[in-house]
Amino acid sequence: MTGTWLITGARPLGGEPADVLIRDGVIAEIGPGLDAPGAPEAPGAPGTTGAEGAADATAQRLDASGLILLPGLVDLHTHLREPGREDAETVATGTAAAALGGYTAVHAMANTDPVADTAGVVEQIWRLGRQAGRCDVQPVGAVTVGLDGAHLAELGAMADSAARVRLFSDDGRCVHDAVLMRRALEYVRAFGGVIAQHAQEPRLTEGAQVNEGEISARLGLTGWPAVAEEAIVARDCLLAAHVGSALHICHVSTAGSVEIIRWAKSKGWQVTAEVTPHHLLLTEERATGYDPVFKVNPPLRTAEDVAALRAGLADGTIDCVATDHAPHPLEDKETEWQAAAFGMTGLETALRVVHQAMVEPGLLDWAGVADRMSSRPAAIGRLGGHGRLAAGEPANLVLYDPGPREAVDPTVHASKSRNTPFRGLMLPGRVIATFLRGRPTVLDGKLAW
Amino acid sequence: MNRHLISAGDLSLDDALLILDTADELASTAARPMKKLPTLRGRTVVNLFYEDSTRTRISFEAAAKRLSADVINFSAKGSSVAKGESLKDTALTLEAMGADAVVIRHSASGAPHRLAGWVRGSVVNAGDGAHEHPTQALLDAFTMRRRLGRIEELRVTIVGDVLHSRVARSNVLLLSTLGADVTLVAPPTLLPVAVGSWPCSVGYDLDAALPKADVVMMLRVQQERMNAAYFPSVREYSRRYGLDAARMALLPDHGIVMHPGPMNRGVEIAAEVADSARSTIVEQVANGVSVRMAVLYLLLGGAWETGEQR
Repeated sequence: MTGTWLITGARPLGGEPADVLIRDGVIAEIGPGLDAPGAPEAPGAPGTTGAEGAADATAQRLDASGLILLPGLVDLHTHLREPGREDAETVATGTAAAALGGYTAVHAMANTDPVADTAGVVEQIWRLGRQAGRCDVQPVGAVTVGLDGAHLAELGAMADSAARVRLFSDDGRCVHDAVLMRRALEYVRAFGGVIAQHAQEPRLTEGAQVNEGEISARLGLTGWPAVAEEAIVARDCLLAAHVGSALHICHVSTAGSVEIIRWAKSKGWQVTAEVTPHHLLLTEERATGYDPVFKVNPPLRTAEDVAALRAGLADGTIDCVATDHAPHPLEDKETEWQAAAFGMTGLETALRVVHQAMVEPGLLDWAGVADRMSSRPAAIGRLGGHGRLAAGEPANLVLYDPGPREAVDPTVHASKSRNTPFRGLMLPGRVIATFLRGRPTVLDGKLAW
Repeated sequence: MNRHLISAGDLSLDDALLILDTADELASTAARPMKKLPTLRGRTVVNLFYEDSTRTRISFEAAAKRLSADVINFSAKGSSVAKGESLKDTALTLEAMGADAVVIRHSASGAPHRLAGWVRGSVVNAGDGAHEHPTQALLDAFTMRRRLGRIEELRVTIVGDVLHSRVARSNVLLLSTLGADVTLVAPPTLLPVAVGSWPCSVGYDLDAALPKADVVMMLRVQQERMNAAYFPSVREYSRRYGLDAARMALLPDHGIVMHPGPMNRGVEIAAEVADSARSTIVEQVANGVSVRMAVLYLLLGGAWETGEQR
């Protein structure tokens, strides 16, 4: 399946139709009229000659008329569950789900069992990703040993390992100790690392189940107040500024956090942030039936928060969309609300949700989607080969049909788990094809191999 | 009537009045030498109790038995939420046994909602976490109506740990449906942050609220709140929010004192208040059986046959 591909008629970043020639895993040319033998060199495609630029007769062809062409999506926040919870997801099933969602790289969160807090574990995950082959798997290292929040893990060893870890996070838990957070931020500067914080003040959220407000009061579920996120976001922005380090805020969920991050960025501080698809589309109202498929951490918030998150993503205050894909087996969700696991799957629906939440209301165009779902997350994760749609770059691409509108059907998902909050929801669009370094992982909306 | 009784908020004014009126009729049977009615003969009511609550369980058990239903007590205490058989598997078991109604008490808010999705029979919420306890609210309303003759425009003051109280939630919803004027009084730490959206008023000063109260309902202070900084000490709580004889004297002459039980005498309510003529606490227990009979009768749609039967 590798080799030379000629994709015709696709609309790069939603613009005018163009052809893409892929050769040896690289975008050889991108521009109009590559279809014709001996076609002239496409403008803006340095490093190619006319002779090389023409599609030869052996090229496999893909008619992509009407499809949007984006750089392969990059997820900064994926739970692949392996090692330890292979009943929920494996690297193989998670990367298949990623490919079907249009992703060519995912960052695998560290809260596995054993925790990804040593060079050995991160290399294991990295190798599993290479074996699976459908999507690059970039392991995230734990900040503290066993996510205990007390002792720094060997961040340098993980950085120097074959996995070349640059993003570190105790995600699922907050690095709540201010001194430890400060040291972690400082320490990773030596190798250009970033600390990705799960912002949740632990004492303010003991037993927390849903957003604290009218819904939590009515349902009799312990509230998760916005201030518990915002207090940590504010503290960590100030810490990052103080020590001159890079901070990334995971799954921002409140209007207040958006304001604080906007302020921190206005100061020129190295703060970046992500928002999940579910926080862009769903509100706390979903909890009212006590169905734990809507139980997630941080919780679904109010309509005002959703509006602020969308505005923040549109104006760049929030850098990117990250799925926080968190698969769980059925039995961990078919329970009482408070006994159920936190988390939702997201890889296979993210682009469609962003289409609905951001593109359809006119908050982002497709170039903006490429920026927020590919280029910026690749930059934050320090991934060189992703996020760019240009000749000479690795051919990591996704072709997306914006036309169809279908209900989400989790039974066809490649993820091992079915805990999508979007079940039955009508969403626009469909991922048609995904290419990883010139090799299709998805064709005609299905896994290519 | 819905098929289930899970939230007091699901009851329309007509539903609520129908339950109270039916309870009135059924209460009269309790005075007869032969207390039992054949109404639910052959029907099976399961008491599924994940929390210890002898008073609520025996109240439902007595109600079902007086209607001639077969009663199965399923005590799942100890099989906590996190371990043991899942609620779903228990539900499927009860379903296989042919339960016509499942009365559930559970520490997790929303457990009756989940159960209702897994069984065909009626689900009656006998208290779920900090969410609701609708039959308690019904028996409270029933008691108010018997003592004071009406509920509409009654001024009801509910005092104490509203944040964690399923009794308070159900009472606010039901009493507002029935047209009462509800005021919650508590230290701000024990009120939900969004209490302003509830159909009631809120105050922090018990002495100011009492002279205007036709009914004062004292909520139990749970042991586990006492060391969690909700208030500085039990003594301070008792001084500011406890109902002692001096405070009770601030009530209008007809004012009554209610408590859902079990009481912490000397904490939220003084012994002389609990045992006074204004106290309805023992009546509430008796009324609970009548109200629960009415609920089971109406949910299971049993034929109403009184006179001919004798």
